[in-house]
Amino acid sequence: MTNLIGLALIVLLSVGGLHVRARALPGITTGTLTAYGMALTVIPAALAAVAVYALDIPGFVIIALAAVGGAAALLSLPSTAALRKRIDRIAIVLLAACAGLAIIITLGIVLSLLFEALRFFSFVAPWDFFFGTVWDPRFSSSGDMTEVGQFGLLPLLWGTLYISVVALLLAVPIGLLCALYLAEYATYWQRATLKPALEVLAGIPTVVYGFFALVVVGPAISNAGDALLGIQASASNALAAGLVLGVMLIPFVSSLSDDMLVSVPRSMRDGALALGATRGEALSQVILPAAAPGIAAGILLAASRAVGETMIVVMAAGIVASIDLNPFASMTTITVKIVHQLTGDQVFNSPQSLVAFALGLTLFVMTLAMNVIALQVVRKHRRHRE
Amino acid sequence: MNSPSPPPAPAQTAITAAQTARIAQKRHARNTWLRRCGLAGILLSISLIVILFGAVLTIGLSAFWQTRILLELDLSIERIDPDQTGDAQIISKANYRAIVQEAIVEKAQQVTGALSRQDRRAIRALVSKIAPYLVRDQVLDNRALIGTRAALWLPANNDVDAWVKGKIRRDIEESRRPINALQARVIDDLMATGRLDRFFNTDFFTRAASSYPEVSGLASAMVGSLMMVLIVVALALPLGVAAAIYLEEFARPSRWVSLIEININNLAAVPSIVFGVLGLAVFINWFHLPRSTPIVGGLVLTLMTLPTIIIAARAALQAVPHSIRQAAFGLGASKVQTVFHHVLPVAIPGIITGLIIGITQAVGETAPLIMIGMAAFIPEASFDPLSPATALPVQVYMLAGLPGRGYTELAGATIILLLVLVLSLNSLAAFLRHRFQKRL
Amino acid sequence: MNAARSNNPKDGIVKMSTHDVSVYYGDKLALKNVSLLVKNSEVLSLIGPSGCGKSTFLRCLNRMNDTILSCRVTGVVTLDGEDVYQPSMDIVNLRRRVGMVFQRPNPFPKSIYDNVAYGPRIHGMSRNRDELDGIVEQSLQSAGLWDEVSDRLTAPATDLSGGQQQRLCIARAIAPNPEVILMDEPCSALDPIATAHVENLIEKLRETYAIVIVTHNMQQAARVSQQTAFFHLGEMVECRKTSNLFTTPEDKRTQGYITGRYG
Repeated sequence: MTNLIGLALIVLLSVGGLHVRARALPGITTGTLTAYGMALTVIPAALAAVAVYALDIPGFVIIALAAVGGAAALLSLPSTAALRKRIDRIAIVLLAACAGLAIIITLGIVLSLLFEALRFFSFVAPWDFFFGTVWDPRFSSSGDMTEVGQFGLLPLLWGTLYISVVALLLAVPIGLLCALYLAEYATYWQRATLKPALEVLAGIPTVVYGFFALVVVGPAISNAGDALLGIQASASNALAAGLVLGVMLIPFVSSLSDDMLVSVPRSMRDGALALGATRGEALSQVILPAAAPGIAAGILLAASRAVGETMIVVMAAGIVASIDLNPFASMTTITVKIVHQLTGDQVFNSPQSLVAFALGLTLFVMTLAMNVIALQVVRKHRRHRE
Repeated sequence: MNSPSPPPAPAQTAITAAQTARIAQKRHARNTWLRRCGLAGILLSISLIVILFGAVLTIGLSAFWQTRILLELDLSIERIDPDQTGDAQIISKANYRAIVQEAIVEKAQQVTGALSRQDRRAIRALVSKIAPYLVRDQVLDNRALIGTRAALWLPANNDVDAWVKGKIRRDIEESRRPINALQARVIDDLMATGRLDRFFNTDFFTRAASSYPEVSGLASAMVGSLMMVLIVVALALPLGVAAAIYLEEFARPSRWVSLIEININNLAAVPSIVFGVLGLAVFINWFHLPRSTPIVGGLVLTLMTLPTIIIAARAALQAVPHSIRQAAFGLGASKVQTVFHHVLPVAIPGIITGLIIGITQAVGETAPLIMIGMAAFIPEASFDPLSPATALPVQVYMLAGLPGRGYTELAGATIILLLVLVLSLNSLAAFLRHRFQKRL
Repeated sequence: MNAARSNNPKDGIVKMSTHDVSVYYGDKLALKNVSLLVKNSEVLSLIGPSGCGKSTFLRCLNRMNDTILSCRVTGVVTLDGEDVYQPSMDIVNLRRRVGMVFQRPNPFPKSIYDNVAYGPRIHGMSRNRDELDGIVEQSLQSAGLWDEVSDRLTAPATDLSGGQQQRLCIARAIAPNPEVILMDEPCSALDPIATAHVENLIEKLRETYAIVIVTHNMQQAARVSQQTAFFHLGEMVECRKTSNLFTTPEDKRTQGYITGRYG
């Protein structure tokens, strides 16, 4: 069905486009323009026909293509003043609508989370959720709404923050040192090779880090804990998750800090160097203080990433919700519980599932606050500089 | 200094040259120390990359090879199609399991002599449980095999595979290892006579996920990932570019526009799992789109990559020299004409770079897809966006969680493939960015 | 007026006029009450120290200032007696009739042919390919570039030298058949030989178009223009026949400028 709609749409737009072109300008048919028009109208139509009947490509893809092709065909038209004005107006409205989509997405996130979270709070009092110290949701057998466990956020929040702090303790010093070296000491060639190498780390999907933590780091730490400290450490422990999360954040911290260091005006550094400062002195006494707000904002962004990261902790941190100082203990985070509460065979309308939306809302608000503050600091910092 | 003041007094104590030299030396030492610390940080990061890649390679690389056993199968007419009907129904119902089991036991008995019932069972286990189905498919494809004694390479059991690859230590106690002495003897003999060998694991690429790790592949995951990337490109590219064009070229500064801008910047930093929760609540629970399907996954990934693409497209549009716009305006081109005829074509390489970065992000994303139920066992690759599917990173997550050596190995191999894909996309983006910068 | 050129009946007729034109950038007054006349078959040059508002004034004439958000124009600008800033004025058609050449050559990153053909195409000025070819050839010939590029019209315009690029931009500006051409320091990015080329070209184009040129170079103003206006600190100080302005300036500031006391 969608195939037919898509095809009809394409034919309509192609014919319409050619018709308008013919009416608007009796025969502006220079070679390129014709080829352009052909490419934009006839070729997609032909491709679509082939796609629908030979390759069985789904109809919605074709509808999307048709819309794009048709819009492009209309915009490519040379035109009379009146027609052009109308097309321009339509184009601008369409463009503005696309830009407005960003707001709709945000609204969608907030509303969907809020709506479902409110349903959760009809089962469990907000106070018990936000300040509860026990996480024990129980299992909802189908249809049975009487069994309501305890949904205390604090153990999850503790695990989230604990693992994030471990990650930042690793990522911030190393990332910062990398940035210092790259921005101030590296030769042109070192920078040209080392920076992309670090960016490789940033491009690795998080599930790979999760696998690494699960298969390599977790068991290694557990064995080391056994052998060196005599601690019975579980293979999924907070330390493994935190360290691997830290490795993931290194390139993030380093590239943000590097941007900030590089954006310090050359004149400042030259001023210090001209007074006879060593590179290190210029760096630590002039450049670093100048870049400090930006770097702080970068660290805040990294923290927000750590809090919101899912795969590493799901695969490596464990599922026991406990408030514990021991890094070898198994801990769990908000994101882990979101995944767990929504992927089991839970009844959707039970508090056991709905709590995930309350957790999602908490996570969203936390990361949003961090991002807003960080972006604000960067903006103020930049304006101050100018 | 405004008021006239006496010239500054000369330094009270003269500093000797030796003192200055000492201070300078100390300062240089501090400088060198800082420099070395920086270098150490870099080297540490690089070695972390090496360890990570090394670990993944050692775990996963062997999964690209598959151990197979050459068996002579009795495909006589009586056993396959006694009435010579040629009917596919009848042919597919023949007892291939018995045929395969007889063949391996016969082979083993040539080495060991007559075997007890229990030993025969151990020997049968050497061949993959899926082998009979493979034989059936081959016979159905090639009817000429019927009535012959055909020699076919069939996949060995996963434990045999691990044994041959040296992943099981031979010195541990027999009762604690999955391959017993008898099996080991038969395997060694088969290897010595060239009847057991390692082949490039084509099943890994052509077959879907299976409960037998020796023949489990990622065809369905690759198809699922491809479908979702197509959806992301089809939706996020036009929407993102349109939004970028509006914000960069048409929007006049207003509260509305700055609200949109703040929104986009913040959306880019929203944890991906929140998009998964959104997808679950909106697309599945409100719009009733089918769970676990590429269409829902594609929509969620579109929402996720949209900010990335908008930001990249805006940067690309910003980089277009202002003089080109001026020239077009000066000729009487309207704003829309200027943008679509001149500015956009120049910005296309930059936009494509942004798109590739977005695709890389989408290809590697796992958490939101798990939320919409894509962590599912999909035995059949399907190009239908409305039927359940899975994706490469989700497959990694699933395989890593399954017990058994074979699955960890497969997860490693899937990661290798995923990394090759992501890194080549990244390099392509870097290359394009480089070219683009050079041209402007 | 040069008597030898007066055979065209439209010569010397006022093509554009400005009356009390002021321009603000935000709250800042950039141009104060400028009144000037642009006549057919005449080159009007605008001179003055940098930042005096001459480019701003030029950009009022084809409403290029509309592209700057904070910019506000008051006063009256007319083209053939019609107010350029009236709401019913089609800005696109205005810019077709009043063409512009910029300080730096800014060809589109397309072929030479497509650069020149772009204006006629969007304004729908040709019925078929042959006509368009004709317009392109004629424009390139008027710009004195045809002989150099006729064999490589499909080559990228960015491959041309700086001087050639600027003449291409002039060809591009005259292709949509404008009535007035505005030139914003068209030679400032060119070497002396290319400058001489462009100056000869201006002299030739004057027969067909009214031309307004902003220049930093007083010798150039003296060479190419009939009327010269001197701008200083956002004010139009005086506007007279070029020869008179340079020999007997009325205002002290003009005198100071042309004798090189500031600039």
